[in-house]
Amino acid sequence: VPKISDYGLVGDCRSAALVSRYGSIDWLCWPRFDSPSIFAAILDREKGGYWSISPVGPCQFHRAYVRETNVLQTEFICPTGRATLTDLMPVAPEEFKHRHMLPDHQLLRQVVCSEGELELQIDFCPRAGYGAQRVKIRDLGACGLRLDVGRGAYWLRSSVPLPPPTEGIHTRVILQRGDELQFALSYAEEAPSILPVLGEPVRTAIDRSIQWWQEWAGKSNYRGPYRDAVTRSALVLKLMAYAPSGAIVAAPTTSLPERIGDNLNWDYRYCWLRDASLTIRALLGLGYVHEAESFLTWLLHATRLTQPELRILYTLYGEIAPREKELEHLGGYRDSLPVRVGNGARAQLQLDVYGEVIDASAQYARRMGRFDRSTQDVLIGLGKYVARNWNLPDEGIWEPRSGGRNHTHSRLSCWMALQRLLDLEENGILQGVPRQAFARERDRIREQIERRAWNETLESYVSVLDGDEVDATLLRIPWCGFEAAHSERMKRTYRRVQEHLGTGDGLLYRYTRQPQEGAFGICCFWAVEYLALGGGTLEQAHRRFARLLDYGNDLGLFAEEVDPESGEAMGNFPQAFTHIGLISGALTLEEQAHQRASSAAPAEASAATKELKR
Amino acid sequence: MNWGSWLLWGFAATIILTTISAVAQGLGLTRMNLPYMLGTMFTPDRDRARLYGFGVHVVFGWIFSLIYVLLFQALGAAGWWRGLVFGLIHASFVLVMVVSLLPGLHPRMASEQQGPTAQNMLEPPGFLALHYGVQTPLAIVVSHAVFGTILGAFYHLK
Repeated sequence: VPKISDYGLVGDCRSAALVSRYGSIDWLCWPRFDSPSIFAAILDREKGGYWSISPVGPCQFHRAYVRETNVLQTEFICPTGRATLTDLMPVAPEEFKHRHMLPDHQLLRQVVCSEGELELQIDFCPRAGYGAQRVKIRDLGACGLRLDVGRGAYWLRSSVPLPPPTEGIHTRVILQRGDELQFALSYAEEAPSILPVLGEPVRTAIDRSIQWWQEWAGKSNYRGPYRDAVTRSALVLKLMAYAPSGAIVAAPTTSLPERIGDNLNWDYRYCWLRDASLTIRALLGLGYVHEAESFLTWLLHATRLTQPELRILYTLYGEIAPREKELEHLGGYRDSLPVRVGNGARAQLQLDVYGEVIDASAQYARRMGRFDRSTQDVLIGLGKYVARNWNLPDEGIWEPRSGGRNHTHSRLSCWMALQRLLDLEENGILQGVPRQAFARERDRIREQIERRAWNETLESYVSVLDGDEVDATLLRIPWCGFEAAHSERMKRTYRRVQEHLGTGDGLLYRYTRQPQEGAFGICCFWAVEYLALGGGTLEQAHRRFARLLDYGNDLGLFAEEVDPESGEAMGNFPQAFTHIGLISGALTLEEQAHQRASSAAPAEASAATKELKR
Repeated sequence: MNWGSWLLWGFAATIILTTISAVAQGLGLTRMNLPYMLGTMFTPDRDRARLYGFGVHVVFGWIFSLIYVLLFQALGAAGWWRGLVFGLIHASFVLVMVVSLLPGLHPRMASEQQGPTAQNMLEPPGFLALHYGVQTPLAIVVSHAVFGTILGAFYHLK
């Protein structure tokens, strides 16, 4: 079974596929991220289904995305020849889609032999419903092969004749220099479906997709030293955004384990408001306003029935996420059981969500300078809810499923929610804010955090009120604007977090828990931000950031967690949360560098003036 | 000929036929989307195709209902069972004749023999439109039977 970091991701902002380093598509759900899979070999090699195109015999595999795109290229370097496999889900501008017929969902695979000769083994083994159903493949002659699954139909077209299909296709093809092999797999729930056309249209679709992604990536306004990593993260986040509704999934996969062989396996193919808000904030920081608008529209729609109360996660169309269930027929990634679909956290109370949603909205408003009346009403409604309920115990950001507690981070987020709303009112962006009530509750939260979240014995802020343990969310205190990073309390808290949660080279666990999971990706980047915001020096922050970049895979993709011993990726992959942390860290480093440069400039100017006067 | 009754019940029967087709698609009985299929004769734009196709389908429905009405007039009687029989004949005609001629009639439909091209990319329906789902013939028969029954039951001869 390939390592989690052996996978790359291709997608079209509607669904995504994991492609292994060895040319096998081991995860694909159509038509949506949260639909049942047609390939799920990553969760069970035998039963899950896969589509592999790989050379026969010994070979080296090199892979990379085409620059600033989500078009993946895998180079097969064999003793007898070389070939390049290109994998993508084609994308196109909206105006192009209005003028041309394109399949609803399509995966293109093209192999071009560039040197010598090599033999490819092609295995197409679809299994519907997370591997539960075998699929009958019908040969419809010139139209291709059709797979009827539930209410939809898959079509496979190939530029070479395929053997008569049974429940799978297994064949070998010899390619010589200059030969080209094309496959297109499409899916539609509506007939007549649009059949993929091979040949020049595939080559054009690849070029068009490359151009589309590069134009999108080119809109980023980040000009700092980590351009490649930041752009890759933005491209990953863009893949997680479900274009038809504006929702953003936490990850495109389910049940990749947080501990190999253990049961910490969850379905992340839903929209967590917290993660989505953080994603929007990261993309906004890079200048992507359209994505923020789409998400805010989705948010207003999705939460309409429960406002001002927010659920923590929704489906892509704003429905309640399905109940959690276990797929007993699947063996799990490296025997990590159970494999789950749906999510049991759907009924949890997590008060930090309000702060994240309001902060993302505030960041949007700072750029756009206004909100329409209904958005203002929603935000004020959320603020009122926070003012009434901030004192409740909740499940907190880490969703431990151990009942409600008074989490410091949740209080901090509630404080941030009220503070941001008061700021928006002061700047004339929000009208009708109950200023006195919000300010009173904000101050009460502050007083409670300062008094009960500080542990004198430990000399640190702690993860729950009156508690004696730390967690990595405490590093967010300066970022939220609650307390300066260079304050004595924060410096001591940072030291304590490092002592209790630090592991490996710049890595952090998210909390103390035995047996430990992997180091948590986004928490590692929070430490960078803490240092950049004044908890340390910019140089320290840069060094730490650069070290963390090494924990991504060769394509620059990060999982939820990292095994501190092996450096191996753990948990669902790729994970929006970690990429959000990366972008946020890079942006904070850049902002702080600018701030220090601009504050240093007047100081230098005044020193120069004094020198002149002397 | 009762023009008012034809206009009213021809329209109503067409809308109900379209609704039954949409429900059948929504329930997963068939993948066939009639308005979409008709609309793509005129535009490659999906959203517009559905809109245009809906309009074309209503007009076609009215025209076909006129044939039903003329037959009722010729027989000197309507009645639900006569309408039902006409509807079943109509469904058989659509399934056997129209469907088989469709790849030749539809400017964007691929032929089974040559496969899709850059201009003709739409999946052909196959025998009895079975490519669009094994229960597609059933959906077509039921929707047309209801179409005929409504016309037969509610059309008043003058």
